[in-house]
Amino acid sequence: MKNLIKLCLLLPALVVLSSCGGSGSENPTKGALNSNDAAEAVYVAPGEYDEFYEFFSGGYNGQVSVVGLPSGRLFRRIPVFSVDAEKGYGFDEETKAMLNTTHGFIPWDDAHHPKLSQTNGEIDGRWLFINGNNTPRIARIDLTTFETAEIIEIPNSAGNHSSPYLTMNSEYVVAGTRFSVPIPQKDVSIETYKENFQGMISFISVQPEDGNMDIAFQILLPGFDYDLASSGKGPSHGWTFFTTYNTEKGRTLKEATASQNDKDFIAAINWKKAEEFIAAGNYEEWDSEYVHNRVDEGSHIAISETKQKVKVLNAANCPGMVYFLPTPKSPHGVDVSPTGEYIVGCGKLSADLTVHSFSKMMTAINAESFETVVDGIPVLKYEEVVAGVVKSGGLGPLHTEFDGEGNAYTSFFISSEVVKWNVGTWEVIDRVPSYYSIGHLSIPGGGSMKPWRQYLISMNKITKDRYLPTGPELAHSAQLYDITGDKMRLLLDFPTDGEPHYAQGCPADLIKPNSKKFYKLDENTHPYAVKSEEDVRVEREGKNVHVYMSSIRSHFAPDNIEGIKVGDKVYWHVTNLEQDWDTPHGFAMMGARNSETLIMPGLTKTLVWEPREVGVFPFYCTDFCSALHQEMQGYVRVSPASSDVPLKWSLGED
Amino acid sequence: MNKLFLFFSIACITSLTACSDGEDEAAQSEAEPMEIYTPKAKASPLGIGPITEEVTFGTVDPAMVAEGEAVFTQMCTACHKLDKRHVGPALADVLERRNPAWVMNMILNPEVMVKEDPVAKQLFAEYLSPMANQNLTVEQARAVVEYIRQYNPQSQQ
Repeated sequence: MKNLIKLCLLLPALVVLSSCGGSGSENPTKGALNSNDAAEAVYVAPGEYDEFYEFFSGGYNGQVSVVGLPSGRLFRRIPVFSVDAEKGYGFDEETKAMLNTTHGFIPWDDAHHPKLSQTNGEIDGRWLFINGNNTPRIARIDLTTFETAEIIEIPNSAGNHSSPYLTMNSEYVVAGTRFSVPIPQKDVSIETYKENFQGMISFISVQPEDGNMDIAFQILLPGFDYDLASSGKGPSHGWTFFTTYNTEKGRTLKEATASQNDKDFIAAINWKKAEEFIAAGNYEEWDSEYVHNRVDEGSHIAISETKQKVKVLNAANCPGMVYFLPTPKSPHGVDVSPTGEYIVGCGKLSADLTVHSFSKMMTAINAESFETVVDGIPVLKYEEVVAGVVKSGGLGPLHTEFDGEGNAYTSFFISSEVVKWNVGTWEVIDRVPSYYSIGHLSIPGGGSMKPWRQYLISMNKITKDRYLPTGPELAHSAQLYDITGDKMRLLLDFPTDGEPHYAQGCPADLIKPNSKKFYKLDENTHPYAVKSEEDVRVEREGKNVHVYMSSIRSHFAPDNIEGIKVGDKVYWHVTNLEQDWDTPHGFAMMGARNSETLIMPGLTKTLVWEPREVGVFPFYCTDFCSALHQEMQGYVRVSPASSDVPLKWSLGED
Repeated sequence: MNKLFLFFSIACITSLTACSDGEDEAAQSEAEPMEIYTPKAKASPLGIGPITEEVTFGTVDPAMVAEGEAVFTQMCTACHKLDKRHVGPALADVLERRNPAWVMNMILNPEVMVKEDPVAKQLFAEYLSPMANQNLTVEQARAVVEYIRQYNPQSQQ
């Protein structure tokens, strides 16, 4: 009752405070208008579900976070480009191959832009693609299992930033070089940048049945920095647009040398035209190695394949395939409107946004009205392609999202705000501050022809005082805004994992009904699987010892093993015999120099252990599985290398 | 002055609703004390689950027995042996003790059985390890019963 009295006193006080607080935008520390309304708008009652899935890139953690909206709750972190000892990803024998490249095993990458697969320009909830920026790669995540199913390396590339930005039927995901390099690689002086460095854009095909990727073709381009991309839709389907900067071809102190030109370019790539050149055989076949890793569906084992050839089109020799649209001030984001007509370029050193018109671009191309030709590529006249300029009043525009109802929302890094403007009149309608220094922003369905106008998320580069401090390193911050009304309303502020760049979401109903609950034992084709406890055994092949083990609540079979020797390489093949939802078992071996492994019901995982000492060592289940979880353990005896202790194993024998 | 009056009114309304909600909740929680389990007056010998009618046995069906043995070996033997106690009870004579429908419901609906069926509750208290739901179909569960029935001729009637 005391609390109730307090509440009765507090509520009117809050109402008074927020009503008198003005617009809220003047308040630098908090920003939410009315705490009660905002709390209600994001409240998801215990046991209820969020309305949207939102997939955040982890940036330099190399992973993807799955978050619910509007609550901002984190449900899962999917390991993609970085090892994850918690799940055994990149440590166990089944997943190691996912991180193979031509440079060898790479345990980390910088994951940037998650993009959901589309059919007819709409999110279809099947797969999520994301690019690895550092060692150029693209991953595909299967949204029935929320696991990384495939990673393909991009050859002849460096800094895979303008990626994956898929086409409206997921025909292709794309990849462009943010860092131009000698292509193919060779030993030259960096001072020869202008002669020897080039850019490359890759189109990676996606099989409509199973999502499998392959490099369809690559396009050789001038040595600029290819920053971001957006694929056409509707009338502009068949084109993909890439921003460029450093058209100066600077090689050092780029923060100065790459900002000389008043305008850089948006490169418009006609990929349907490229397909014609490929079909006509007008391409070069290059020897270019790249590694393609895929998880086999039945065994759940990742398999690496090294491929040798790519088809390359030289843009300068393929008329009608590439055009440059002059765009002011080192454009960063490029975003095509849901109608497919407008191409918004954000000159990051500018206050204004440049909006190009696709139909005007086509008219200029048909009229062959070119300002000049750069490295064999026609440059269209700025005034003939521009549809409008948004005089924003902000500074440092980066990215634009659309709500599908005629409004666009642009993030401004330097002035730290989101600016809402009208697509067509180019008038600014509203602006709200972000806390602080927003990078990407996201509206569920963003980048598709059908965004869901409900929420907008700002992903911010600076956190400072938003949360309880945690030493010098802070979580990055995100804010959730309600965009259903004329004015944007700040609802929620939540920390994020890693450094999210883009995030993309969709209604939960597109994904939730297809979410797998367990793997059927019958369908497990792992060569070391056991389908019942009758099959468990230990086999020696020279120094390699294979333990065919099973787990179920709450024991391992076998749980007593003898006859292992120092110098052996022991493969623990653990099959989880459970056939129910939410019944994983973990397996941890004392002294294992890799990780634990976490085994989903119906799957088999393999952890390698190379004992160095004589003794008896325990192993146990790490995932609290039942009331008798603490009993889920076993022993393995390690004898000297010279011993003749026979191999034997058992469970439940006294 | 008018504004001030408005705030005061909102405050009063807010206070009223907050207080009355609270009282309702308090009244409810007094009427229904929590965590007291009242056993059902008559527990069904069929148990609780998708099998709501007696299972009728005909002559032993060898095809069903073969399927039941395969399913039992893959899905059940990690915890159950026929002739001795393992993680769970020995099962050779289970049909002498339990109704076949009860056995099928224990296979198909173990989470509810160990919470609500008095016999299953008692077994869980004794064995402690949960009966895993291995997501068998009704046909597979029936086949397992047929296999056990065939294994122990005493339970064929």
